[in-house]
Order: sequence, then C-alpha cells, then structure tokens
Amino acid sequence: MSREEKKTQKDMFDEQMRQFESFVENMKESIGLPTFPDMKTGVLQWYDQRWITTRFIISVEGIKEFFDKLLDGKFVTTKCRKCGELYFPPQKDCPKCMASDMEWVELSREGTLLTFTQINVKPYSFAHYDDYIVGIVRLPEGVSITAWVRADDPSKLKIGSKMRLEIVKRDPEKYVTYEWVPVE
Amino acid sequence: MGRNVAVVGVGHSRYGVRSDVNIGELAWESIKKALEDANLEQKDIEYFIVSSVGGWSSEYLPAVVIGEYSGLTPKGTARVEAACASGSAAVKLAYEMVSSGTVDIAMAVGLEKMNESPTPVVVEFIGRAGNYFWEFHNFGLTFPGYYALYATAYMDKYGATEEDFCKVAVKNHYYGARNPKAHFQREVTIEKCMTSRYIAWPLKLYDCSPITDGSSAVILASEEVAKKLTDSPVWIEAVGEASDTANLSKRDDFTYLRAARLAAEKAYKKAGLMDGYNMYKYFDVAEVHDCFTIAEVLAYEDLRFAEPGKGIELVRNEETYIGGKIPVNLSGGLKAKGHPIGATGVGMVAELTNQLLQRVEKDRQAPIKNGRALAHNVGGTGHYAYVTILSLSKPNGGV
Repeated sequence: MSREEKKTQKDMFDEQMRQFESFVENMKESIGLPTFPDMKTGVLQWYDQRWITTRFIISVEGIKEFFDKLLDGKFVTTKCRKCGELYFPPQKDCPKCMASDMEWVELSREGTLLTFTQINVKPYSFAHYDDYIVGIVRLPEGVSITAWVRADDPSKLKIGSKMRLEIVKRDPEKYVTYEWVPVE
Repeated sequence: MGRNVAVVGVGHSRYGVRSDVNIGELAWESIKKALEDANLEQKDIEYFIVSSVGGWSSEYLPAVVIGEYSGLTPKGTARVEAACASGSAAVKLAYEMVSSGTVDIAMAVGLEKMNESPTPVVVEFIGRAGNYFWEFHNFGLTFPGYYALYATAYMDKYGATEEDFCKVAVKNHYYGARNPKAHFQREVTIEKCMTSRYIAWPLKLYDCSPITDGSSAVILASEEVAKKLTDSPVWIEAVGEASDTANLSKRDDFTYLRAARLAAEKAYKKAGLMDGYNMYKYFDVAEVHDCFTIAEVLAYEDLRFAEPGKGIELVRNEETYIGGKIPVNLSGGLKAKGHPIGATGVGMVAELTNQLLQRVEKDRQAPIKNGRALAHNVGGTGHYAYVTILSLSKPNGGV
C-alpha cells in the first residue's frame, strides 16, 4: 500500500468520531435532545453542543536568533556573557547570575544517545504521522537536545551510540526543525 | 514546629469509566463518605482544597462546582495543580493549614473526569505535561513516551527486561482484582502483558495505567479536634516534596527521579527515619506512583527500599506482595485501581488510612505491625514529587 492510501491513527479516529457524531445527530433529530445511551453501560450521556479548538500564540521574540540561525543551517543557543552558563533550550535570562546578557554560540552537531523511545499511540495532533522515535542526545558541551531520531526500529538503536544533528523541513507542516541521525 | 495533624475521615469513589455520574455527583460520593467517616457536617469544614488537572472535562472551575453540589459553599476553596501529584499537593496544603493553626479542620478533595473526552484528546493533553514547545510541539512526546525514556535507560543500565516490568502489572492487577473500588478488577498474566501492543516502546498496554474517572476526599484536623472526633486518628507524620525540570533534556540521568529522591529524603528526615537502603523496614505498606510499571521500580529505589539497580530484584523475588519485605500497591495501584489524575494522591492517603486502621478487604489487608505507611505520588515525569508518611503513633514535638 502506498503512503497515501495507508490509514493513519488520525484517519481512524476521525472516522470513529464521524460515525459517533452521526449517531448522536440521528438521536437528536428523533428525540429532540443530544442524549444517547453509553455504548457499554447504557447510562444516559449528553453530547456537548459547544466546542473549542485552541491554538496558542507563543512569544519567541527573546530567542528569535535561534530561528534565524536555524534557517541559515546553524544550530545555536545562548550562553551567559557574565557567568558562562550554557542553556538549551536557549533562554533570554540567566537565573544563575541574574544577568540578561546572552551571547549566541554555535553548538556541536554530534553527541551521544542518552535514551530514546518510539511513540506508537500518538496524540491527536501527531496522529497523521507514522510511529516516530524520540531521543535525547548529550552534546560534548554538556547540554542535551530532544528530537526525533531518523530510524525505524527502536530495538536496533543503542544507548551511547553517536548521533548527528540535521536541520530538516518537517512534512506535512512545512516548517524548519532539527532531528538526530545515527552515525554509521 | 507546627501542630499535630490527623486524618479523621476518608472517602473514595469507585474508580473507572464513570459515565454514570457528572463531576459534582462524582465528588459527592467521596465527600459524603469522608464527612460520615469523620462524623462531621459541611459547616465544620473551614477550608476545602480541590485537586484536579482538568482540560479534558467540562467544568473549568471544579472547586466551586464541587462546593455548590456538596453544600460546602461559602467556605474558602481553591484548585491546586501538581499534575499527577495534585492530590498530594492538596493534602500537603490542607495539612499545613491545620498544622500552622490557620484552621482546625480542612478537607482535600481530589477529582478527575478524564473520560469526558475521547482518548486521543486525553493523550494530547497528557503529552503536553512537560515542556510544551521544546518537547511536545516539535516532537510529539506522550506521557507513556516520557516514562519509556526512563524504561529504556533503566533496562540498558541494569539489565531489566520487559518481562520484569510485566511482573509489576501482574502484582497490581492481582490486588486490583481484590479491590471493589478498582478500575480493573481482574488479574492478568505475564503472557497477556507481554503480548499486548506497544504504546510507547518499550512500554506496552499493560505497562500503562488507564484513563480513569474518580474522586477521593480526606478530612484533616488538629490534635485537639481529632481527639474529640475519633479514638483512632491516623497522623500525618511528615510530608516531603520537591520538583524537577520541565524539560527532560535538562536532566542527566534517566534511571531515577531526582524529585522523588529528594521528597523521600525530606520526609524521612522530618520523621527522623534513616537506615540506608532498608527504609522498607519502617513501614507496613506503601502506595507508590505506578503510572507505568517502570515508575514502580524507580519508586522502590528512590524511596530507598532498594539500592539503585536493585529495585527490579524486589519485583523478581515478589518482595512487594503481602508477606514480602514490603507490600506495595495493595489497592491495585494506579495500574489497576486507576489513575484519575487529581484524585490519585488523595486516594492514596484514603487507602493507607484504611490499611492502617485494618478496614480494607481481608485478602488485600497488610499486616499492621509498625503502624506506619507511606504514599509516594509523582506528578508528570518526576516533575513534582510528594512523599507522605502516615502513622498510628502521634508524631513527636506536637502539642
């Protein structure tokens, strides 16, 4: 089956929800209320007639350099000019010495795999993807980076193995992010 | 040092998919029982703290909804959130209010109605329980996924196997089958667990706690009030708490939960208990946070019931069944009793109070010799941790 024809968890869930909603719509039409008996126990349920979909708007003004450099193919983070503390994820302020005077430094692109998992049951907003592997990789500088690992079979990955960071464009959302690639 | 504080009444709803009740009704099941248990009325409760995470359920302000339905209005209230440890946070705050003398009687009510939303939406909400932007938004971690990161590291370092973890599930289902309040009241076999599908590799369906609805309530009172109410107070001997980074990438070791270790050390220090990695000796029974089987193993070690890496041997040798070194999760734990997020910690204190007073079902009652029990409640993936020690003996240094 081609990728296009394969049903994702999102397709299956959306299909279930469509069936469920049409069942409730039929009930509502026949009795005048959006109520229905629970499938398993028969107890009476009310199907919410109001709904919300939420997307958040998050400020990245304080760390915009990270995204600017990512677009240039560079992977950078913040280092406190006063006390030398290195941060990842990058942050604007240094709570260690109370300064807010950061410099942007490039990070090395190779590190060691600390731990990993494969996400099989996905959150709704990731349910259109195939199973993906997430790993945490330690860089020689002493910070760690969480990202997807480009691999299919988690049982073949080894803790302690070398990983290389690549800047990639994420499909189908089409935004630039980064992922780990096992170093052969 | 503050005043002594006793648990004088507890209530615990049946956990499970509770489509038969709404949020107010579900909370009332526990509140009513707790009031009756303490022989108190709503007017006697000076403050009630509600632990509930929400998002997946309809009531956005559960504290006042519960207060109205249960006749607790106009008493002061607030909702607290410490992820899966919210219940212990509520108990801790109620304890501090009584201990400090702010009030004489306070109630902690835990509630969660997770099944008001479909499963993929709940998975979405819990997956956001870390650092939203750097972990969830870009990489879609899930709650089982976060603990799977610990399982992978623990297995690699100490040679534990997926089958070892399944033994935790078998034990907790064994006791869940004997608890009429449990979500899953049936035993499972190693084979059933081992052949269940992966949720977040290497964790399988039977390694995971379910999506549960439930409520629980405990009433705490000062020593003076407790003496008038009951001949059998259960004292809160100590509470220890700690937190850890939101980003898991900011942690350098995935074989223990730093917050849980710190919370345990703090609680033990307050109670004046310390004996290396033999801490189980002080307790008759423990409820630990087994949201995933790996989490129960980490709990044994973080609580110093076993040395680092040796927790898995307690599982293999069945030392945490009744008759072993220390019986753990005789309620069925989060794994089988269920994990209604905000209710879990309050439910642990209710369960352990009943254990210490020897009023649980006979085939899951721990023998009570030391008169001391421990609740270990972790929020998120070790983001929050609370360790609560309960005792039949009055703590030292009180009034």
